[in-house]
Amino acid sequence: MDALFKSEAGELVVAIPESGIDMAWLAQPLAELGLTTGGSFTKLRVESPATWRWSSFDAAFLARLLRQLEAPGHRIALEGLPRELEKLLALALGGTPAVAPEIARQPGLRERVGLGALSATDSVRAFLALLGEVVRLLPRFIAGRAKMRRAELVEVLAESSSRALAIVAVTNLLMGAILAFVGAVQLKTFGAGIYVANLVGIASARELTPILTAIVLAGRTGASFAARIATMQGNEEVDALTALRVSAVEFLVLPRVVALSLLMPLLYIYGCAFALLGGLAVAIPILDLSATAYAAQTQQAVNAAQFAIGGLKALVFGALVALIGCHYGLRAPRSAAGVGAATTSAVVISIVGIIALDAVFAVCANALKV
Amino acid sequence: MISIENVSVGYGPHPVQSAVSAQIGEGEIFAIVGDSGSGKSTLLRAMIGLMPAQAGRILFDGVTLEERAGNGTPPFGVLFQNGALWTSMTTLENVMLPMDLHGHPPRAARPALARFKLALVGLGDAEDRYPASLSGGMRKRAALARALALEPSVLFLDEPSAGLDPLASRRLDELVLSLRDGLGITVVLVTHELESLYRIADRMIFLDGDAHRPVALGAPAELAESAESRKVREFLSRVTP
Repeated sequence: MDALFKSEAGELVVAIPESGIDMAWLAQPLAELGLTTGGSFTKLRVESPATWRWSSFDAAFLARLLRQLEAPGHRIALEGLPRELEKLLALALGGTPAVAPEIARQPGLRERVGLGALSATDSVRAFLALLGEVVRLLPRFIAGRAKMRRAELVEVLAESSSRALAIVAVTNLLMGAILAFVGAVQLKTFGAGIYVANLVGIASARELTPILTAIVLAGRTGASFAARIATMQGNEEVDALTALRVSAVEFLVLPRVVALSLLMPLLYIYGCAFALLGGLAVAIPILDLSATAYAAQTQQAVNAAQFAIGGLKALVFGALVALIGCHYGLRAPRSAAGVGAATTSAVVISIVGIIALDAVFAVCANALKV
Repeated sequence: MISIENVSVGYGPHPVQSAVSAQIGEGEIFAIVGDSGSGKSTLLRAMIGLMPAQAGRILFDGVTLEERAGNGTPPFGVLFQNGALWTSMTTLENVMLPMDLHGHPPRAARPALARFKLALVGLGDAEDRYPASLSGGMRKRAALARALALEPSVLFLDEPSAGLDPLASRRLDELVLSLRDGLGITVVLVTHELESLYRIADRMIFLDGDAHRPVALGAPAELAESAESRKVREFLSRVTP
C-alpha cells in the first residue's frame, strides 16, 4: 500500500487510494496508518484519484483526522476536497470540541455494589411505604369510600380469576401427578403405597399449591399489573390522576391488591382440587388403589389446619404479587424499555418474595407446632 | 390570582430554574417559554403539585396547594402533552371520572355535564369512542374537555400543539381562546410554538436554560422588539437569524 499520509512544510497530505478509504481504518489508530503528529499542521490537502466517489466512510475518516489535528483556536485549512464533502466536514466538526470531552468514569466494583445496595434500599423503603399506604387506605375501601372505579375492580377480578383458571388447573394437576408418581415409585418398595395420598394431600394443601398458584399469578397477573401501570406512567395517566389530587395508590393499587388477596384463596382451593385429582389419576393405576381408599386416606391425612395454613399463605402471596407488580409499575422509567424492565423485575422479585415468605411461614408454623 | 414567588425547580441538588417570579391575572393567557431543557415543563409540574418547588411558593388566590384541604378539588385542570387520557375508558367516562372521584356535581347531572364539556370542544359525537380510536387532535380536545370537568378557574396546558399539524394546532388555539372568553378562566401554557404564542398569549415568561433563570417577562410582541436578552429577541423573531 502506498503511504496514506505525507507531510510537506506544515501541510499534511492525505493520498486517497483508488479504492477509497478502507472501512477498517475507521477503527485503527491513525499512528498505525502512518500519521506522525509531531508537526503542527496548518493545512490538510487531499490528493484523490480522478475516479474517486467519496462516501460516508471517507467523510468519517477525514473528520476523525481533523478532530485529532485541530486544537482550540487552531483551525486547519482544507484543500483538494469536493465542495460538498468540505461542507459536510464543517457540519460534522462544527459542534465538536477539538479536544474530546473526558469520557464519564465508569464506577468500580465497590462503587457499583454500593450504588446497587443504595438502590435496593430505596426500592425496599418505597415498597414498605406502598404497603403502609395500602393498609392505611384499606378501611376506606371497606367503608366503600375509596376513590376508585368499580369497573376497574371488576376488570382486575376477571383478569385474575376466570382468565387464570385454565393455567392454574393444568399446573396443579400436573404437580399432583408428578408428586404421586415420584412418591409411588419410592413408597411402593416399602409396601407403603397408600401413603402417596398423604404425600400429595399434605404437600399440595400446605406448600405447593399456594406457591405454584402464586407463581402462576406472578407471571400472569403481577406482570400485567406492572406493565399496565408502567405504561400509564409513560402516558402521563398517573400524573393526570395526581393532578386531580387523587392518590394513584388508592385508584390503581388498592383495587388490585384487594382483588388478588380475595381471589388467591379461592384459586388455592380450586388448585388443591386439581392437585389431588392429579395424584389420584396417577396413584390408581400405578398402586392399584381404589378411588375411595385414596380419598379416605387423603381425608385422614389432610386436616383443617393444613388448609388454613395453605389458605393464609395464598392470601398473603396474592397481596404480595399485586403489591410488587404495582410497585414496579409505579417506579418504572417513562419509556418502552422501562415497561419491559418493570415487568421483568415484578415477576422475578415476586417469585423470590413468594419463596422467601414461604420460608417465613415454615418457621412460624414450626414454632407454633402446626 | 396565581402568584409565583421566587420559585426554584429542578431535579437533584442543582435547580434547573431559580428565582422565577410572576403574577398571573384572572382571565389571562400566560405562556411559559424557553429553550429546550430550560425547565418549562418542570415549572409547570411544580405549579400543579406533581413535584415540590425547591424554593419559593406558588399561590392560587393567596394559598398554596398544600394549604388547601387535603384531597380537595384542585383549582385547575391540566392538559398533558400527549393528552394522558385513560385508555381503558371512553371519552365520556374520561370526562366523568374527575366528577365521580370528587363526588360532584350530583351523580344524575354528571353525564349531561360531561356531554356538554365534550360538545364545547367539538366532540359531542365521540362520547363512546376510546382514546385509541381518536386522532391526535381529537385526543387533545377530549383531554381538554376532561381538564374542564371540575369547572376549574385555571387551565394548565403542557405543549398543547405538540404532535399536531398546523391546522389542528390553530383550531386548538382558537378553542383555547374561545374557552377563555366564554368561561373566563386563566390559562397557563408551556409552548415553543411561535405562531401559537403570538396568536393566544397575553404575556409570557422566558426561561433561559443557560442562565438557569427567567430573562424576560412581558407581552410577546413587545419582548420581540425590546427584550434585553438577545436570545429572547432571536427566539421571538419570526425570521430565522
